[in-house]
Amino acid sequence: MMKRRQFIQKSTAATLLAGVGGLSLQSFDSSKTKKITILHTNDVHSHIDPFGPDDGRNANKGGVARRATLVESIRLENPNTLLLDAGDIFQGTPYFNYYGGELEFKLMSMLKYDLATIGNHDFDNGIDGLYAQIPHADFEFVSANYDFSNTVMDTHIKPYKILIKDGIRIGVFGVGIKLEGLVDKKMYKETVYHDPIEKAQDMSRILKEEEKCDLIICLSHIGYEYKNKPNKVSDIKLARATKNIDLIIGGHTHTFLPKPTIEKNSEGKDVLVNQVGCYGLYLGKVDFYFSSGKNIKADGASIMV
Amino acid sequence: MTIKHTLKLCFLLLIFSCSTQKVSKIEGKRLNIDEHIESNKAVEAFIKPYREHVNQDMNNIISYAPETYSKSDGELNTAIGNLMADAVFAESNPVFSEKTGKNIDFVLLNHGGIRAIISKGNITTRTAYEVMPFENAVVVVAMKGNKVNEMMTYLAKAKRAHPVSKQLQLTLTADDKIKSATVLDSPIDVNKIYYVATNDYLYNGGDGMTFFQPNEGLTVLDYKIRNVLIDNFKKTDTLSPKRDNRFIKLKN
Repeated sequence: MMKRRQFIQKSTAATLLAGVGGLSLQSFDSSKTKKITILHTNDVHSHIDPFGPDDGRNANKGGVARRATLVESIRLENPNTLLLDAGDIFQGTPYFNYYGGELEFKLMSMLKYDLATIGNHDFDNGIDGLYAQIPHADFEFVSANYDFSNTVMDTHIKPYKILIKDGIRIGVFGVGIKLEGLVDKKMYKETVYHDPIEKAQDMSRILKEEEKCDLIICLSHIGYEYKNKPNKVSDIKLARATKNIDLIIGGHTHTFLPKPTIEKNSEGKDVLVNQVGCYGLYLGKVDFYFSSGKNIKADGASIMV
Repeated sequence: MTIKHTLKLCFLLLIFSCSTQKVSKIEGKRLNIDEHIESNKAVEAFIKPYREHVNQDMNNIISYAPETYSKSDGELNTAIGNLMADAVFAESNPVFSEKTGKNIDFVLLNHGGIRAIISKGNITTRTAYEVMPFENAVVVVAMKGNKVNEMMTYLAKAKRAHPVSKQLQLTLTADDKIKSATVLDSPIDVNKIYYVATNDYLYNGGDGMTFFQPNEGLTVLDYKIRNVLIDNFKKTDTLSPKRDNRFIKLKN
């Protein structure tokens, strides 16, 4: 689907500025359109090596070292790039059984991941097993609906994080799936789950109104959609029930979306929902182009997916 | 216009331009990661020692599969599920017997716990890791017949090929009611205590299996399901799992 709307690249504000005395304001050079690139993975499940040539389903696909090359080339093209992961980093190959997630975190650090959220399988060696690997991660974790305050992870996971690229304030918050019945209680211990939609509503308000973010991203491990369980919270439901979120990066359901889904939020505005299946077979890429000034149409951005 | 005024105007414009950064265009696409992308040398070199260490253990050939087996091969029982449940019985019962002097009556696992297919060809240690990557271990639950009946009701409602060992026979009617449920050919006796082997995840209510608790006692075998599979594969030169009639639904 293509949804083209006219948009004007040139900023009148910049023209005005240039006219008032030639004062150079490099950091706010609004004459150019700014571009923020969001790269994302989900449910990589310890798939460090590519699938072998004899694999019945994913022959010769995936591989962290290839992902590293791809990410590096995109960063070279646009340094204003974020790399995010939507959880279930752990579990799925012997690398996890042997090293408990150490290699996964070290490699994600080499690839310069910015943020990740927590998936249910990231508790597979217990919350203590997750905590033990935190020193190997040069990136941070966000989760707004898991309360870790009575666990070892207290203070190691923030509800949201703000990243600034080219003067653009990007707010990223995380949401995770209900653990009861899915993960053994002795694994997640005193981690308390809260409703993802309520937390997402709080987060998007804080990020928009208090933190003045230009771009709001929800990093989710609640699952894309549950057609057979209409009451189960999902990314699609979260998209419809919230406002001010620009992009939901999902996981858990291993949903292979060939392109992001465009949903309408509670105000009737567009919100993108994306998920790239699992096992590092794909890298999701969403480019946001920013213009400043009055010349942006009120009905929102043109979306090309 | 004085310099003061100019600066003021610039300041205002600065605020204006900062606070009105708006998304004007969004482009989304999915990028393939495959053999067309060269591997990053530094990352590859970093992985190498880890890979070599793991592969040394993993590539050990321990059995052979004449066919490819998948958990979607049958409606209520599958060759791979039967293989796993029967392997848990075969490998765990001697351990349980030695510990308690009793025998396991039957085994229940869950369909979702089969995490990969078994591909036709050589079976290696890696196969066992793929099929059962989790660290879950065997537990034996002593449960009254009425709790076993609860389990049968769960299985009838779940309509999934949750693996059971061959000692259990469960037949459903066309409208998913229990037609018969037997353990070693005898109907379930509500007053008898049955020893059911499962894994710790299911014992603690995983997959909605709430019938294991409360119970008449628990024996922890400290035997990982994955090691059960490895031990079982090593004893079998060529696997020959079959779909059978242990858990079926009648057509009419």
